[in-house]
Amino acid sequence: MNDLIHLIAITPWAIALVKIGVVLVIMLGLVAYTVLAERRIAALIQDRRGPNRVGPFGLLQPVADGVKFLFKENVMPAHVNKIYYVLAPTITLIPALLTFAVIPFGSTLGGVPMVIADLNVGVLWIFSIASLGVYGIVLAGWSSNSKYPFLGGIRSSAQMISYELSMGMSVIGVFMLVGSLNMTRVVGYQHDCWLVFKQPVGFLIFLVAAFAETNRLPFDLPESEQELVGGYHTEYGSMKFALFFLAEYANMITASALMVTLFFGGWQFPFIGFAPNHPMWNGVLHIGIFFAKLLCLMLVFIWVRWMFPRFRYDQLMNLGWKVFFPLGLANILLTALILTMQAPR
Amino acid sequence: MENSLFYFFSVAMLSCALLTITCKNPVSSVIFLVLAFFSMAGLFVLLNAFFLAAVQVLVYAGAIMVLFLFVIMLLNLPAEEKRHRGWFGGAASIFVMVALMLELSFVAHHEKLASSPASPGIDGTTEDVGMVLFSRYMLPFEVASLLLLAAMIGVIILSRKEKK
Repeated sequence: MNDLIHLIAITPWAIALVKIGVVLVIMLGLVAYTVLAERRIAALIQDRRGPNRVGPFGLLQPVADGVKFLFKENVMPAHVNKIYYVLAPTITLIPALLTFAVIPFGSTLGGVPMVIADLNVGVLWIFSIASLGVYGIVLAGWSSNSKYPFLGGIRSSAQMISYELSMGMSVIGVFMLVGSLNMTRVVGYQHDCWLVFKQPVGFLIFLVAAFAETNRLPFDLPESEQELVGGYHTEYGSMKFALFFLAEYANMITASALMVTLFFGGWQFPFIGFAPNHPMWNGVLHIGIFFAKLLCLMLVFIWVRWMFPRFRYDQLMNLGWKVFFPLGLANILLTALILTMQAPR
Repeated sequence: MENSLFYFFSVAMLSCALLTITCKNPVSSVIFLVLAFFSMAGLFVLLNAFFLAAVQVLVYAGAIMVLFLFVIMLLNLPAEEKRHRGWFGGAASIFVMVALMLELSFVAHHEKLASSPASPGIDGTTEDVGMVLFSRYMLPFEVASLLLLAAMIGVIILSRKEKK
């Protein structure tokens, strides 16, 4: 163990690689089991049983699904634009995984900060990388060269551009209070009081925008089955199709992690805060707290999906531009006013 | 390490820019332009200007180019068959090139730009950029915002439905 710590201390590259590897494995594992959780919770809500045959309580279902996707025949329609058709699922997945890099998922473990890259522009990194995810979807819709995927791609890009704006507006209030874009500082600021209590409007906007950005119900217009068959992934099959789904769930995880960090105090225990008296166990505990909060928000995502009907497209656009965008601006103005009044003269 | 990264990003940026204007397929052009913006963000990171790098990707790659792609898809542009180049277009582009080179060399000469990468103490943080933007470059900043406002009003007027 000491040898390991020594090795890590002299090679910051190695430690970064280890962190990236562990986070990637946890992310993909979470994605696999979120799919299972979604199916089981959907069954619960709809008073059915859900997948419960593979392994105890159906716990091995993700393995079965993965094997199925990998070994399915890989059909590529003749009318597609081959390069972009193959690239699109990857382009969708990579930003979804990259955004997690700046999120602090724990305090420290053996003296090592539990964040892959502690950038001083952390949240800008998240927004800039997340805004690239739309390319994959647009290219998938365009390269499939058929009507339904095309319409899905168009809808998706319009929706994501619209809601990105509200999302960006909603977090500005947070950073005005914290005075930094660094995620670790944002967590440190919430030592006494979670930001969700100081920025309730910001949180509300962020939550709704997160549903729109991840293309989840009630905003899953880009892939609405009744009108668009499957939307942008209609022409995809086997593992390429699975990559789109991985991306959707990875985006959900990142959005939840972001909400935990920005509004729910990150890895801190509610209302007690840091107190790192035992470095190792506290580190483990903090990581545990972070993931517990993360899972709670993921449950909200799943729960909402099976409770609400889909919006109409014009309703979606009106809501984004005429309600949440002005609301976000008003929130910034209000925060600025309160900060100015509180400032010492 | 920094030198090799600089050459990597520069070569990537220039070749992507070249591919942007030589590609026949408009969607490929957009994608190469996005890659060029990415390489430019990489250059900003090498200069410790993290804020500029993030904003470069966020604004240009994430917002403006998505809109470009959107419009190209909606117009459903076919790949170009053959290019028509008149003497006027050539002359105009040479004129613009020369003007741009003159302007750049003028600025470089007068501002005495540092030729080396950023000094280690400087960090392109959000605070620093904000301070400079609202003190030294206040006027250009406000003029640029006025320009954007004018463009925005223009768009609203153009897309407004006529009421009878």
